[in-house]
Amino acid sequence: MKVMQATEVENFEYLGKSETVEKQKIITLEDVNIHYGSFHAVKDASLPIYEKQVTAFIVPSGCGKSTVLRSINRMNDMIRGATIDGQVLFHGQDLYAKDVDPVLIRRSIGMVFQKPNPFPKSIYENITWGAKINGFKGDYDELVETSLQKAALWDEVKDKLKQNALQLSGGQQQRLCIARTLAVQPEVILMDEPASALDPIATGRIEELILELKQYYTIVIVTHNMGQASRVSDNTAFFMVDEGRTGYLEEYAPTEQLFLNPAHKKTEEYISGKFG
Amino acid sequence: MQTESMFGTRAESLLLLQKRSRVSMIWKVIFIFATAVAVLFLLLLLISVIDSVFGYIVVRNEVEVSALVSGASSLDELSRSQLEEAAKNNLSSGILRRVESEKPLAERTDRELRSLIEQYIIKPSVLKSWGLWGSITKQDEIGAFMADQADSYLIFKSWITPEFLINDQSANPLNAGIRTAMLGSLWIIAITFLLAFPIGVGSAIYLEEYADDTKLNRLLQLNIFNLSAVPSIIYGLLGLAVFVRALEGVTSGAIFSSVADTTANGRTILSGGLTLGLLVLPIIIINTQEALKGVPDSLRMSSYGVGATKWQTIWSHVLPASFDRILTGTILALSRALGETAPLVVIGASTFISVDPASIFSKFTTLPIQIYQWSARPQGSYRNIAAAAIIVLLVLLLVLNSGAIYLRDKLSKKKRMAA
Repeated sequence: MKVMQATEVENFEYLGKSETVEKQKIITLEDVNIHYGSFHAVKDASLPIYEKQVTAFIVPSGCGKSTVLRSINRMNDMIRGATIDGQVLFHGQDLYAKDVDPVLIRRSIGMVFQKPNPFPKSIYENITWGAKINGFKGDYDELVETSLQKAALWDEVKDKLKQNALQLSGGQQQRLCIARTLAVQPEVILMDEPASALDPIATGRIEELILELKQYYTIVIVTHNMGQASRVSDNTAFFMVDEGRTGYLEEYAPTEQLFLNPAHKKTEEYISGKFG
Repeated sequence: MQTESMFGTRAESLLLLQKRSRVSMIWKVIFIFATAVAVLFLLLLLISVIDSVFGYIVVRNEVEVSALVSGASSLDELSRSQLEEAAKNNLSSGILRRVESEKPLAERTDRELRSLIEQYIIKPSVLKSWGLWGSITKQDEIGAFMADQADSYLIFKSWITPEFLINDQSANPLNAGIRTAMLGSLWIIAITFLLAFPIGVGSAIYLEEYADDTKLNRLLQLNIFNLSAVPSIIYGLLGLAVFVRALEGVTSGAIFSSVADTTANGRTILSGGLTLGLLVLPIIIINTQEALKGVPDSLRMSSYGVGATKWQTIWSHVLPASFDRILTGTILALSRALGETAPLVVIGASTFISVDPASIFSKFTTLPIQIYQWSARPQGSYRNIAAAAIIVLLVLLLVLNSGAIYLRDKLSKKKRMAA
């Protein structure tokens, strides 16, 4: 398995073009193993996630695709029977250490889900609720406006902030969920197939938004869609499943390199559509 | 057709289709029949109750109104002074003294005076009564009966009257009412709700949202299911042993030194309410758990995703999303408690009291107990007032259940359209 060397600054050379990208590690997975009861869902996953970049996880169906993602903000705690070994380091701190409160982690590492799931409350409350429970002391109107603007939703909803969020379209709901996540000022946003329930136009908008957001946030996105991974991500982690349906990391590389010049045969076959 | 060989010829297919349609039709008829039988039984129940509530009765007065005030044929014709006069002159001295000490005649309303005179002086009694159906079809029989009667008269009586609702109990079915029983039922239901709702919802939240899937918790769950199926009389025995006997000091109010003079030991509203509370507790737990299960996990996840704690998630999202169903389940459980008879008989509800319950330490009777008592008596007219009480109970249950449906619709609409 090829894991990228985790140096602070690296030189990448692809397509004869040379550029220096400054890459700061924010999260590191080290030998992460996840079990659901007796089922070994993911084995020995080790990879770094770089700050203010988009990292795509390409995970074939079958091995609890959002499992790895959820291990990063301890969302797996909520799933009965899920256990995790290994370390997930966030700014060098092990998230699974005894003295770490998952509630705090989830504020710093927010999450956007596959199906848009706004609260069945007003658009305004959807943004403010997370801030309120986390002790936000600033101006709520301002928070709502900036969050919605960052999520490219402000212009569409600014006149109906009191309306129930469930009355929005699927794409708008998903952008509202992103805005809701932004409102608690996270550093990292985990996105679990955020566009798979949306039509192509709404998908396009989400992808634009991801590219926009990576200026400020670190984004990890799980997707089945190779095109999407190549369009939005800087790095791609390609997962495979073995005979026991256990997921493992096949290859991890800068996206362009992984797509144009994969080091592994399986990656190449998957990318070229031979299986998967 | 490519598949013809596998499925036979077209003619065979058509024949089979006919047969399949026939079987389908037969089942439909069976289901319609089942529904019709169920509706028929319900109608029979309703008809038999209504039949007893209306009909001709033959009444004989011990003393005629004309004997009190010459020329008058009904109490309604008498003036205020005539009423007071009639009461004073005709009540025996013992009763008069008692009545005066309860509330002086001069302070009583006309209506109270009339019912006093009717109860103690005129003393009407029912010689014979017919149901609604009998009143319509047996005119000849009624005529023949009346021909033999000299000093009695025939009236068409509705046993449900405003007086029936506001009178207290009486040895005379014509004067008897259900006020005490209705108040008893309401008090008991209030206690039941206060005990079962917080504890039931609380344990359901623990079991559904907090508890791990351990052997112990599964055993707990299984036992709650079993408890909901335990016959109510067993709860009555439990209530008798625990609330009436072991905790007598508490349930009789003795340790709070607020014993009402009507109180007899631990057979109080508090004991009854607690017993029914235990009875509906497992039902409320199960209903609430179902309601909580109905809340999609995605809602919980989205709450955790912005850094909410478990309690913030439950309070702000899970409970609002399930409150309509929790409330409906609770109201349905309470309407079951409202109709319960056996456990209250066991813990010793009073069979005849005319004093309204004044506190949770009062003796009590309830509507179902009253119905049970009345229907067990041999005199015919008790059956009539039992039927009338049944109608009151049914209406009360109907109001509760439709209230539950209304609330559910309103709340779930609000949930969907919430602003």
